[in-house]
Amino acid sequence: MRLLSYMGQWKSAAKEVLDRTAIVAKFLCLLHVTNNYLCSPTLVYGPSMLPTLNLTGDVVLAEHVSHRIGKVGTGDVVLVRSPVDPRRILTKRVVGMEGDTVSFYVDPMYSQTTVVPKGHVWIQGDNTYASSDSRHFGSVPYGLIQGKVFFRESNELRITRF
Amino acid sequence: MSPTFNPRARNFTDDYVLVEKFCLKKYEFSHGDVVVFCSPSNHKEKHIKRIIALPGDWIGTTHNSHDDVLKVPKGHCWVEGDNSASSMDSRSFGPIPLGLVKGRVTHVVWPPQRIGLVERVFPQERVSSFK
Repeated sequence: MRLLSYMGQWKSAAKEVLDRTAIVAKFLCLLHVTNNYLCSPTLVYGPSMLPTLNLTGDVVLAEHVSHRIGKVGTGDVVLVRSPVDPRRILTKRVVGMEGDTVSFYVDPMYSQTTVVPKGHVWIQGDNTYASSDSRHFGSVPYGLIQGKVFFRESNELRITRF
Repeated sequence: MSPTFNPRARNFTDDYVLVEKFCLKKYEFSHGDVVVFCSPSNHKEKHIKRIIALPGDWIGTTHNSHDDVLKVPKGHCWVEGDNSASSMDSRSFGPIPLGLVKGRVTHVVWPPQRIGLVERVFPQERVSSFK
């Protein structure tokens, strides 16, 4: 008799555990899909995008929809997987799209002109003096773009829109 | 990639393969891995080829009918199709950044008579890796 009542309690407890676990699992799935395919907050740091972005770190919101439908263009700040180290993600500005002619200074005396090949983009950091970008490793394939930055949260109580 | 995949052209069914994405955590690949990657000239297309050389390796190619030896730059890899007669691969568009790789092919899952592991085949005579 007592065994039956224990079994009843265990059954309801087990059902509650399963329900709660299902809710947590669904939330984690939603979080994963949103972070990878919609919009995600990212911490970016480094001197290459001064004065647009902070040296010590800025939290930015990046959306992952535009680059899939081909809506990334000149002037956008994008997150790009580094062609030199695939485990690092860089934050740079797109300065030229495929077919554009780009001129840049290799050193203060000489400037070089290249045409961006098909399917590639030319990225540069806003702080040209302290940025390792397409001037060093060449045009990067469009497929390396991970997302477009559209919002920056700053330490002061103002939010800057790009 | 004949005869590894689709051994007979114009067959009724194309091969279906299993692509694993755990390799994208560390981007560590081995010589002879078959990988799926975004085409460097059109980001909407995906290609499937074999990695022949990894960053830092020297690979022998034939460029404009004379032999050439290239060093694969840091962060890039050299991919080639198994069917060298008709394959658009690194021999035309050069080494590709490892960031374009979207997964590694491990098994063929369809059609049933071809279910099995995809082997790692490595042409050792063309690649030398001095580190």
